[in-house]
Formats: sequence, structure tokens, C-alpha cells
Amino acid sequence: MRDFNFFRGTEDYIASPALCDAVNVAVALGRPLLVKGEPGTGKTLLAHAIARGLDMPLITWHVKSTTRAVDGLYVYDAVARLHDSRFNDRDVRDIRQYITMGPLGRALTAPERTVLLIDEIDKADLEFPNDLLRELDEMAFHVPETGETHRARQRPVAVITSNNEKELPNAFLRRCVFHFIAFPDDALMRRIIRVHHPELPERLARQCLARFYHLRKVSGLRKQPSTSELIDWIAALLAGGVDESVLRNELPFLGTLIKHEADMERALRAVHSRL
Amino acid sequence: MFTGFFYEMRGRGIPVTPTEWLTLMRALSLGLAFSDLVRFYHLARAVCVKSETLYDAFDQAWLAVFQGVEAPVEIQEAVWKWLKNPVLPGPVAPDDLRLLKAMDLERLRREFQQRLASQTERHDGGSHWIGTGGTSPFGHGGYRPGGLRVGGHAGGGMAAQIAARRAFANYRSDRVLDTRQIGVALKKLRRFAREGNRSEVDMDGTIQATARQGGEITVVERPERTSNLKVFLLMDAGGSMTSYATRVGRLFSAASRASHFKDFKAFYFHNCVYEYVFRDISRWDAVGVEELLRSMDSSYRLILVGDACMAPTELMARWGAIYYHHRNERTGLDWLELLGEHFERSVWLNPMPLRFWAHPTVERIANMFPMFELTLDGLEQAIQLLGGRRVEPTQIPQHSGVGHGPRGPRYP
Repeated sequence: MRDFNFFRGTEDYIASPALCDAVNVAVALGRPLLVKGEPGTGKTLLAHAIARGLDMPLITWHVKSTTRAVDGLYVYDAVARLHDSRFNDRDVRDIRQYITMGPLGRALTAPERTVLLIDEIDKADLEFPNDLLRELDEMAFHVPETGETHRARQRPVAVITSNNEKELPNAFLRRCVFHFIAFPDDALMRRIIRVHHPELPERLARQCLARFYHLRKVSGLRKQPSTSELIDWIAALLAGGVDESVLRNELPFLGTLIKHEADMERALRAVHSRL
Repeated sequence: MFTGFFYEMRGRGIPVTPTEWLTLMRALSLGLAFSDLVRFYHLARAVCVKSETLYDAFDQAWLAVFQGVEAPVEIQEAVWKWLKNPVLPGPVAPDDLRLLKAMDLERLRREFQQRLASQTERHDGGSHWIGTGGTSPFGHGGYRPGGLRVGGHAGGGMAAQIAARRAFANYRSDRVLDTRQIGVALKKLRRFAREGNRSEVDMDGTIQATARQGGEITVVERPERTSNLKVFLLMDAGGSMTSYATRVGRLFSAASRASHFKDFKAFYFHNCVYEYVFRDISRWDAVGVEELLRSMDSSYRLILVGDACMAPTELMARWGAIYYHHRNERTGLDWLELLGEHFERSVWLNPMPLRFWAHPTVERIANMFPMFELTLDGLEQAIQLLGGRRVEPTQIPQHSGVGHGPRGPRYP
């Protein structure tokens, strides 16, 4: 059990103990880690932090609504081959040079252990996760064009994020380790802010957090402000040289926290009713 | 190991499978829990629970199984000093181990509290006081059967306390949303077609064209294959629909998330459709039906969802709408006919169980729209019909004997 480094978060990514444990079990068992949580709680950043924390290269695969599972493995460029056969540019008998590995293919053929981020898996078609089952299970795939089978020398650390737009199939879930990133509480949020804005004065930080959690409690917001937006907001406050006396009376740069027009009205009303 | 916990989880609706359980056992045998209850709690949750809506059920299952492990005693600073730099006990022979009498947890705790109250100094190697290297049931680590461990990192009580906080109660959804099943059913509604920009290489076409040109490479492109199906969903949000709200909600969320519709419009009505339908469930944001129909061609598939149960006047009479001040000039029946004629294919999904369908307005509406139960079976049939296959609409049972009063007269 001493053959790998344990993940404990990184200098600029504060992870809760539960999250660290989930990451470590996924790494140790070679199972994909499925991460869900509100937008802006750092699901995607987690993969970056794992790569940095465990010192492995990161390969990202951003899933779109049109993404197919095979695209992640490899793409065979038949047109280029056809073209080359006409102009004798390259030896067209060697099919391998017309095969470009996708992100998953690269992770499975990499010489060292990699972190593979499959971002927003729920954006793709309903069947997409099912099409990945075998590859993620065996960490191997077959290329019919060349007759080769590639098998990962070391199972990549797969981090899969989902925004809950679609339910994922049970067979897929069964193979994953799951973690839900809960919204950080006050204490954890303080640590997160400290990491991103070490120069922020303590009293201003307290004030910012109070206003932020107050905003999150405003009922009926279409999108609640999240961690990443709080960090942006504080950056804006610092850049604008706002001090706590201002913050007591108004909320400058509200646009970094609130992204809907209707929300803006509600938020302003709530802010003024409190002042 | 802990199979009781496995069944406790299953009993609380967490769909843990033996595969996941074995995964957890493998993780434990790899030493990933470090004999630490908090770690074990995180580990078990990460491996066995796949949705935040089940976190609360997991916490409860955990409490039910592991709550006895809790050690809520406040340990004073002095006691910790007695236990510092422990004298390690020698290995205990199995025979001796058996001599040490195991106590039940209640008694163990009582005794511990008593000794904690009367002990005044450090003890190493004894058999009674709280100390190190001895055989008393209270001490720092060790093999004592039925003993109480004081110290070590984190402490046994923590995980039970985390679970007891039940921080995820808000995420709980007792109705397990099986929108996926509905989503998979709706997927059969796809009608693929190639329309729009030519953005994809047609490999067969290219080879054929190239061959026809005697080897001169001719690349043929074609538009991507996309679904061009358009869906118009009209849902009853009336009072009698409240009991079916979950199922209708599931249908709606599955349909609105389905990415394979070219267009998806959803509106609400109350009991019956009149001149307006509504964008929101609270029926504030009204849209004229005629105006709406002008913006939709007949290729939209119309899916009406409702129990079709109303007072016959609501359906057949001028000014029959349920709101007293709503003076509908045309009857609900007229409006429904208008809808039925406008669209090439339409179905009515009824969440009410089939045995209640012997009701005058249900029968009348079932004559206009092929009606199916809002179950997975009914939905599949409805979708086949919308897809252009021949499907017999559900037959209404004639002798239901359910208390909807005498059957009303048939209206023209």
C-alpha cells in the first residue's frame, strides 16, 4: 500500500478529507472517479489538482453533445490516405500514420500513468457512457484498421465530471467511485479564499463571506453564486481597491456574482432590504 | 465482513450490488481505510453510493449499523498524559485472551466512566485502571476483547458523528427519479435526416465518385445526420393532476433534457384546453393557442398529458371553463379538435390507471386522441404510434364499477 502517493489536495486546491479519500480509493483501485456538484465547486479543477498532486500528465477530453465514444479513442483519416495514394507522398501501406489517437486513446497508450479528465459526460448522448464501459473496465481498445490492440500499461486515473443534466446508466455507475462535492461551508471557504487571495485582509474576508452567503440564501435565484464566482468577485474588489466601509453599504461588481437579469433584481432588492 | 451493513443499505433503497461490495472489500484489504472509521465511512460512501440523493439514506444506514461504536465520553487532558508513550503489551496467548471477560458496550461505558472519575494517576501494565500495556479493558490500543480504546487518531466516534449530522438530508429525493428509462423510451422518437450544411465526408459516395472519375479523387460531402423531430408537449396542471405530479414531472424532465429533438415546446393547461395555454405551471404566462399553432407546422408531434377527467360541461359547453370568470366562446372540445386536426400525429397520455377510464369525458377524448396509460409500456406504445407504426390505442374497460357516478349521456 505504499506504492503510490496519497492525494491530499495541492497548495491551491483545498480538498475536503472525504474528497481526498474518494480520490485515493479511485487511484488505488484503478476505477474511474465520478464527480458531481454544483457548477463552480471545482469539479474540473480537481483533475488538474490530482495531476499536479500525484505528478502525472493530464489529458483532457471535453465532451460535447455530438461527441461519440469512438472519437475519444482514435480517428482514422481515410481521406488523407486516399490523397497520399494519389500523390505518393507517404507509404500508404502503413495505416498507422493515418490514425490519430483521441484523448482516451492517448491515455491508454501513454508510457506512464496519466490523469484522464472526461469533462461533462452528461452533455453527450444517452448511450455515450455505455459505449465507454468496456474501455474503462479493461483499459484496453482494439483498432480494426491496423488489427492492433492497445492495453494501458498502467490504468489511468480517470476523473469524470457530470452536471446532472442526464441520468447515467446503472452499469456505468457500478464501475465508478462517486463523490459529490458539497458546497463548502464557512470554514472551508475561508481556507479556499486564503489560498487564492493571501493578501486579503481578515476583516474584509469576513465581510465578503457574510455578504456572499447572504446572497446565496436569497430565494428564487436562478443561479446561485458559486465558489469560483466568489473568488472572481474578491479579485475584482481587490483590484478596485474596495474596502469594508464600502462593502457595508453596497455591493460593487455584483455582475461577477449574479449572471441573470432577473436574479440581479432579486439580489438588489434583498441587499437593500438588509441595508 | 459487515454484511449487515450491506443489507442495511439495500433495505434503505441504496442499490448496492455485490460487485460494489467486493470492490469495497478489496479497498479495505488494500488497507485504504487505515483502520480509521472516518476513512471507512468515506470509502464505503464513495464505492457504494452513486448519487447525492442517496447520501442521506447512507448516513442513516451507517447510524443504524455503527452507532454503537460511538464513544461520546469527554476525555480529560490528564488521562491523555497517563496514556502518553505507551508501554506496549507483549503478545497475548489466545488462551489468556479468552480469560479476559468481554463486557457489553453499555456496561463497558459505565465502568469506564466510573474509573475515569476515580482514577488519579498513570498506570502501566495493570489489569484495572485506564492505562497502557495492561489487560484492563480500557487503554491505549491493544488486543483486549470487548475493550474500549482511548486515543489513536480520529477516534471511533467521529464517523458516527458525521453521519449523525446528516448534512445531505436536503439532497434526498424519495422518489428515485427514473427519468433515464423515460429518456431511453423517448429516444425511439428520433427521426434521422440529413439536412443543412454539408459538413461531413461521405465515404461511400467519395469512393464511388472517385472510381467513376477513373481514380481522380472526388470528395463528396453531405450534411450530418441529425434528428429533425419536433415535439409539442401539453400538460394538464389542474387540481386532479396533483396525485400524478411526480410521474408527469419525470416525463417532462426527461423530454426537456432529450437532446435529440430539433425543437421541444412544453405548455400547461388546466383541465381542458381553451383559447390559451400557459408557459408556467402556475398559469400566469399565457399564450394564445391559435397564435401558437401558427408558429408550428403539422410535423410537430403533439403529446397531451392529462387525466381527461372533468365535469362534462367543462368539455362540451360554451362558458364551461372551470374558472367562473373565464367565458370561453368555443367549447373545450372544439379546441381539442382544432389541435388534433392541426398535427399529423398526436397522442394523449393518461396518468390515471386504466381501470378508472370509464368516465364520460375520458371516453369522449379517447375518441379523438389515441389514449395510452402514462406507464413505461403505454409510453412505448404511444411513441411507436408517433413514429408512424400501427398501434391499437388502449381499450377502455366497459364495466369498471368505480365510483365516478352514473355514466353520463353521450354528447354529439
